[in-house]
Amino acid sequence: MTRALPWVIGAALIAVPFVYHEPYPLHIMVIVLIWSFLYTSWSVMGRFGLVSLGHGGFMGIGAYVLALLWNYLGLTPWLGIPVAMLATAAVALLIAYPCFRFRIVGHYFALVTLALSAIVQQVITATRDYTGGSLGYTPNPYHSGNSIYALQFSGKETWYLIALAAWAVALLIRRRVEGSMLRYALEAIAEDEDAAAAASVHVTVEKLKITVLSAAMTAFGAALYCQYQLFIAPDTVSGITVSLQMVFAAVVGGIYVGIGPTVGAIITIVLAEVLRISFGTVAVGWDNLIYGTLLVVFIIFLPQGLVGSLLPRRARG
Amino acid sequence: MFGIFDVYLLEALINGLLLGGVLALLALGLNLVFGVIDVVWICYAELIMLGMYGMYYLFTVFHLPFLLAALICIAGVGGLGMVLHVLVIAPLLGAAPINQLLATGGVLFFLQSFATVAFGIDFRNLGIRLPVLELSGMYISYARLLACGAALGSMVLLYLFLARTYTGAAIRAIAQDRQIMPLMGVDTRRIYLITSLIGGALAGLAACLLVLQYDIHPFIGLTFGPITFMICVLGGLGNMIGGFVAAFIFAEIISVSGLYLDLEWGYVFAFAFFIAMMFARPRGLMARRS
Repeated sequence: MTRALPWVIGAALIAVPFVYHEPYPLHIMVIVLIWSFLYTSWSVMGRFGLVSLGHGGFMGIGAYVLALLWNYLGLTPWLGIPVAMLATAAVALLIAYPCFRFRIVGHYFALVTLALSAIVQQVITATRDYTGGSLGYTPNPYHSGNSIYALQFSGKETWYLIALAAWAVALLIRRRVEGSMLRYALEAIAEDEDAAAAASVHVTVEKLKITVLSAAMTAFGAALYCQYQLFIAPDTVSGITVSLQMVFAAVVGGIYVGIGPTVGAIITIVLAEVLRISFGTVAVGWDNLIYGTLLVVFIIFLPQGLVGSLLPRRARG
Repeated sequence: MFGIFDVYLLEALINGLLLGGVLALLALGLNLVFGVIDVVWICYAELIMLGMYGMYYLFTVFHLPFLLAALICIAGVGGLGMVLHVLVIAPLLGAAPINQLLATGGVLFFLQSFATVAFGIDFRNLGIRLPVLELSGMYISYARLLACGAALGSMVLLYLFLARTYTGAAIRAIAQDRQIMPLMGVDTRRIYLITSLIGGALAGLAACLLVLQYDIHPFIGLTFGPITFMICVLGGLGNMIGGFVAAFIFAEIISVSGLYLDLEWGYVFAFAFFIAMMFARPRGLMARRS
């Protein structure tokens, strides 16, 4: 029964867009799936105590590289996305290598990566002649609006299936990591770096692997976001607020459980939408007011996150 | 021909020095809290933002004299610092440092949206325009001069407090060794509360000075926040002298690059300098090599 459950849920999720066509709920589901992908990407490394506040920067690089390549060189996203992922991975390597090599850990790591988020946001704003600055940026629409070449689709159903597939892959990647030697190495490092190094774990290399993986996944999520929304702005895809938002949703859902970040995405996005619909513009800010309070309460009372606290001990992981 | 560039450069350098004073004040409160309690208040700049709104309401709406409003504001934000400590930090003192950082990140969200809900997103200002000093072709803002002076003055006061009073000595002692001081009969809870009060009060003072130069809106904290953390880390978290030096380096980079390029590039260079320095001196500018 429990073994069949993921397949049943998966089949039900795939069936949704074939029987259900209301644009607004589908839009919310696509958004939830894309952010779940991003939060899962963060949790892949965050789960090992590597708290990066640089993912806002990674997301900004991924989205803007993709959109700029498309608009200026006409490069199809099929090539643009790998290039964006490579660029993001390269930046991640450039920042993370010295961090790990010089043992910048804990608060220091969080604050150095925070600087990266801030730099990316400032660069996007400062190069406003090319990126549109804080007014945001739109990838040029392709002739008809529906094109596999340009990865632009007007139908929500198509995007739902793409986002669903991406999200499933993210969960699989996370599962693969959890079942690999990398996990044991990183857990040992999280406990005690010196002891891990003494047990012949190559601390720098192992940490770099997971960081580059997480950054490249974030760039892919940013690409999905960019192609779906067809609008990106420095404060929605980069900067400290985005970084904190990722950490927050992942922590509320639970970073030690595969499905945790997804639950975090559902809670935060649905809460924001419910507040927006029921109270309209009066409620501007209320969602973050509640998130902020929840975040503090969760860290104090439920550091395992919602799903992590509900599941019995042995089912975690 | 040479003279013109010279004057602009000199003006930028002087403005950088003045900005440095304010940044040093911002870093001071954060450094004090970190050095003593070992917690990074990610929401520090949001306390300043609340202080700025406090000034706006006290001065523009209730028509209090500026100095009285400033005193109330400093005391108020100091009180907020204590509330923050009791509600959020104290329950997490034994938790992983990163959890404390994230919890104050939650407070950041909370305060930002609280300000959005309570005060709206309109830009506000006190409506005071301080004159601009003209000095042989250079223009120097009086507000900045005042801010820098007050910042330096408060630093001297804080130094005297830490160096000359019994409580100050206890604060310094705790910063040096957290484990042993309770055994020596120092009440750590009381010292932490006093430190949070002073940290908050410094944020309140910064608010009174910044409100003269900047418009107030709920997201103003994001303008000062990142740069304050970077100054503290660059100087070595908890190292007040290091933070002081780092503040001036940062301010000069921002001010001088702002002269040749857009202001954003000043920030970009300052942040890039920060990352480069983290690799050269991972424990901060002033750290002794061990």
